[in-house]
Amino acid sequence: MSMLSFEKKYRVKGGTIIGGDLFDFWVGPFYVGFFGVTTAVCAILGTALIFYGAAQGDTWNVWRISIEPPALSYGLSLAPMNEGGLWQWITVFACGAFGSWIMRQVEISRKLGMGLHVPFAFSFAVFAYVSLVVIRPWLLGAWGHGFPYGIMSHLNWVSYIGYQYAAFHYNPAHMIAVTFFFTTCLALAMHGSLILMATDPRRGENVKTGEHENSFFRDNIGYSIGALGIHRLGMFTAISAAFWSAICMLISGPLWSESWPSWWNWWLELPIWS
Amino acid sequence: MRENLNIFTKVQVAAPDYPGVPIGDAEYQRVGGIYHSTFMGRFGDAQIGPIYLGATGIASIITFFVAFFIMGMNMAASVDWSPIEFMKNFFWLTLDPPPAKYGLSFPPLWDGGWFLIAGFFLTASIMLWWWRTFKISQNLGMSNYLAWAFGSAIWLYLVLGFFRPILMGSWSEAVPYGIFSHLDWTQNFSLRYGNLFYNPFHMLSIAFLYGSAVLFAMHGATILATSRYGADREIDQITDRGTGAERGALFWRWCMGFNASVESIHRWAWWFAVLTVITGGIGILLTGTAVDNWYLWALERGMVP
Repeated sequence: MSMLSFEKKYRVKGGTIIGGDLFDFWVGPFYVGFFGVTTAVCAILGTALIFYGAAQGDTWNVWRISIEPPALSYGLSLAPMNEGGLWQWITVFACGAFGSWIMRQVEISRKLGMGLHVPFAFSFAVFAYVSLVVIRPWLLGAWGHGFPYGIMSHLNWVSYIGYQYAAFHYNPAHMIAVTFFFTTCLALAMHGSLILMATDPRRGENVKTGEHENSFFRDNIGYSIGALGIHRLGMFTAISAAFWSAICMLISGPLWSESWPSWWNWWLELPIWS
Repeated sequence: MRENLNIFTKVQVAAPDYPGVPIGDAEYQRVGGIYHSTFMGRFGDAQIGPIYLGATGIASIITFFVAFFIMGMNMAASVDWSPIEFMKNFFWLTLDPPPAKYGLSFPPLWDGGWFLIAGFFLTASIMLWWWRTFKISQNLGMSNYLAWAFGSAIWLYLVLGFFRPILMGSWSEAVPYGIFSHLDWTQNFSLRYGNLFYNPFHMLSIAFLYGSAVLFAMHGATILATSRYGADREIDQITDRGTGAERGALFWRWCMGFNASVESIHRWAWWFAVLTVITGGIGILLTGTAVDNWYLWALERGMVP
């Protein structure tokens, strides 16, 4: 049914971290495990609270549904359910689900005899999320600094925070993050293209080899990073994009609360020319 | 576990120079020496060079430096040719497009003329480089996926500096050449048209950009995690699937209920990256030409209260 032709021989016991053999089974294509159960519990509760919060709101228009964080006046305390408490509990369950998902990836990696690169990489994305809704609000002293859960409302939040610092593009960590995002996109296009150019070659040609791959990029830019190297590079630029995105938010407020363009005054005031 | 993480290449083979797949009767041959760098070999391939330049490659490099030189000279002129002022104001220096009053006509050199000339040479350089990517894949018998992916990035570039200014009737709409000035342009563009976040093509472009990062993190990590099974030899895994590809596929099947194949993940990758710039270009092209205010656009459609 949901098993691939070669899958059966890989479905063996073992590799679990918690629970021994108790949760060591599959449901359809999904592996369960202890952390699959915690993922499901957190995801179901969190989603149910989102629906409950939407029902309390005044619209079912998917663009406008929004679960708002508590008012700043609640500081770091728990707020009543309809005044931001829902947001707080959804955040708790989201962190639980994402953390469980990381641990699930660890268990599956162990089961398949793989390195832990995937959970390591995913933890950077989780770090970026946790930075926005836990670490930064905590550093600023109020859960109200988290972003609202809604399609248009989170965009408004990003816009609003950006203009709070006059021009967010001047944030040096934001510059680094954007550069990593663009570089990742470029490298992904180049890598995807190269593999398809070799395995889906010109009409009438045979499938090409690793020598052709290297030759193409050496001919093009004088250097080919190689089949292993491109995956190191891609993973590095991708997790760096997430990491610097988190940093650019963590320094906005806790470390720097003026306009970002004025941050660059240190350059103009260097002793060399001032 | 630690020795299997494969973050660096610990044991390097001192490989002989490899000049590349023979390109037969191609118009030009490869140039430049072949070097081996142990440092580069720790991360990727140790060999540097040779390169295939050909007529278009050389022309592309020359036109690029002409554009670069014009920008640099205009910036230097703006600080009265003082090297220390040039460094002090480096991030703020800019070569701006002509003011709106000139429309699509050619302005005096000092009032945007140099900007147009620099843009011409930069565009020429990019187009010549594009031609090269077709030529090199032809030499090697490979197909043109990379050339067309590059073409999609050129689409966004031409929308910003060529198609949209023409539709708006003025070169003043183009993006300035400068570090902070192009950032200012981006912010002002968004403010002027009622916040670009409400532009659905901007939404799509961002989603594909973030998606590209997610895909490359997933794919890069999967390959590295299964590299001890030879998963990094992707062409071999596509034509004759091995245990590396099987474990990588099962990882995602067991994790999220769905998996790509070694071939299809590269098609996902190609489309995500290419759609980032295609949708981005559409979003820019519609702004100011078809839609004056994206906030009002969203408001009329009930997306915002």
